[in-house]
Amino acid sequence: MQTMNQKIKSSNSPFGGWGAFFMLCISMSGFAQNYPTGKTILDKVDNNMSAKTRVLTASMEVGTERTKRTMVSKTYGEGDHKGYTEYLAPAREKGTKMLKLENQLWIYSPATDRTIQISGHMLRQSVMGSDMSYEDMMNDKPLLQQYKAEVTGTETMDARKCWVVTLTAIIPDINYFSRKMWVDTERFVPLKEDMFAKSGKLLKRITFSNIQKVEGRWFPMAFLYKDMLKEGPGTKMTIQEIKLDTPIPASYFNLGNLK
Amino acid sequence: MIRFLFKGLMRDKTRSLLPIIVVALGVMMTVLLQSLLGGFLGESIESTANFTTGHVKVMTRAYSLNSSQIPNDLALIGVDTLKRSLQKQFPDMTWAERIQFGGLLDAPDSTGHTRSQGNVMGMGISLLKSDEEITRIDLAPRLVSGKFPTKHGEILLSDDLFHKMNLKLGDKVTLISSGMYGDMAMYNYIVSGTLHFGINVLDRGMMIADIDDVRAALNMENAAGEILGFFTGERYENKLAKETANSFNARFAANKDKFAPVMQPLANMNDMGFLVAYSESIQTFIIMIFIIAMAIVLWNAGLIGGLRRYGEFGLRLAIGESKREIYRTLIAESFLIGIVGSVIGVIIGLLLSWYFQVVGINFGDSMKGSTFLMPSVMRAHINFTTFYIGFVPGIFSTVIGSALAGIGIYKRQTANLFKELEG
Repeated sequence: MQTMNQKIKSSNSPFGGWGAFFMLCISMSGFAQNYPTGKTILDKVDNNMSAKTRVLTASMEVGTERTKRTMVSKTYGEGDHKGYTEYLAPAREKGTKMLKLENQLWIYSPATDRTIQISGHMLRQSVMGSDMSYEDMMNDKPLLQQYKAEVTGTETMDARKCWVVTLTAIIPDINYFSRKMWVDTERFVPLKEDMFAKSGKLLKRITFSNIQKVEGRWFPMAFLYKDMLKEGPGTKMTIQEIKLDTPIPASYFNLGNLK
Repeated sequence: MIRFLFKGLMRDKTRSLLPIIVVALGVMMTVLLQSLLGGFLGESIESTANFTTGHVKVMTRAYSLNSSQIPNDLALIGVDTLKRSLQKQFPDMTWAERIQFGGLLDAPDSTGHTRSQGNVMGMGISLLKSDEEITRIDLAPRLVSGKFPTKHGEILLSDDLFHKMNLKLGDKVTLISSGMYGDMAMYNYIVSGTLHFGINVLDRGMMIADIDDVRAALNMENAAGEILGFFTGERYENKLAKETANSFNARFAANKDKFAPVMQPLANMNDMGFLVAYSESIQTFIIMIFIIAMAIVLWNAGLIGGLRRYGEFGLRLAIGESKREIYRTLIAESFLIGIVGSVIGVIIGLLLSWYFQVVGINFGDSMKGSTFLMPSVMRAHINFTTFYIGFVPGIFSTVIGSALAGIGIYKRQTANLFKELEG
């Protein structure tokens, strides 16, 4: 669940210095088409969707070659760097807990009664068999710290006019070299996001749907996360309940809470 | 006539000794090389078969297409029924279920949190029901410490990983991997023993567990990634493996399901085709090399002998023997030399081959960096071909050498013979 919020986070750093110069360049390049800057769009998305804390219950439907599995989880998130998830169903996954603090991730499995830190190549593995990897889940850096954003056009999606924002990596060793986001021009909610390798190959696609107003903010209540290199229908996330800016006890983000 | 020629050869050692020594040496090397290369290549193929591919392997079609990724989500299900059907269709073969998997192994500290971790490449084999797989994979000499699992939940680890993770025998470790249905799999095991393979890729992080324990961990009840088939008591035979695979696959030809089983012969897997083809053609290659090399040597020996017997040939021509007759006796002599030299060479070659078959050559130290599955002790392999292969270059090369050297006989001018003899 964190991933969706991470995707839409942008930098809160104020304009100034090199940033101002950078923004001026972007503004001038966009002037001819009367497009806003990429940063402007991402900041508006951030303002619309970010909250100090999030508590949400969601179902995750994972389609595999042979079967379809549905998991229900409850996630507590604080800012970009703290997240705690507990799986409520099905029986095989019930009681499994995940804790993310900064760039570290631990998983507790009741079957083994072990708390294990996920690291190394395991971070590239999928989360509970979904199309999302632990790395996808862990990447919480604001997009504008990783990418140069540029509005490259407008398109209509699901009868909604969207800004097409193209993001190109400005740092090395990044999972996705470029991204393309379709952002609703009125509600400032992303409706679709494509993630590409350096070769231009499409690696992942997220399609957001069921946009609803939650506590004064527009929020996608469902999304489909698709690993484009894998067969299958993808992973469908549906938010059943969401609370924003609600107090979360600090104990939730403690390793001791996993057992 | 043969007796006459033979007596001549025996009495005139200068005519027979050097060619027989050359032929015997060449034949001995042919026999030894055939048995050594046949043994080495055969052992490499057998090692790969026993560890990874079987002589044939049954997988689902979808698994077979992506087998390098070990896609256990595409594994065979209903394995007990399938195995029974394989045993019925191919009663002379033995079948072994295997599950290969990758994952992370985690060792806890006293509080249960992660103390050390290592990536593992795992294999689930039948360890508890019988020793068949332990013998097949030749695990006993690779056991460095501890013991083989005797009860469920026990595993073997590569010795390098064991030390890298600072483990002790009897320590609890947790495997984190993906289940057959994409679910996260976490399972506790006890380390009962450690193994050393002498192959980097295996020593880095091999884990071997009983297949039922792997099934429990990866949610693979009555499922297996692969079923390996072995021809009983025989080395790999490509033709037989292909026929077996074709016969099995014909049963499922009409079934378009991607989870339908498919059988592959060893030569179609793990880039083994080249090794199999090489092992099949190596005998022809060795024979050709030795025929050419020995023919050149014997041609030269024949030329030298021809010079020495210049006077004899001149006299025989002068008293009326035809050039053709002399040439024919020369070829017949060489044929006899070829047989005698070949018999000696084959006997010495077989004795040496037998020694290397029993004792073997230990390549253990030089294969530490190997990424290819090969046995540490290479042994020669004597088969039916070893007994006759030496006669081919032994006889052909002497006959060819003499035939080339003897051409000079036709260049003698009969009119000059007496002048030559007077001189």
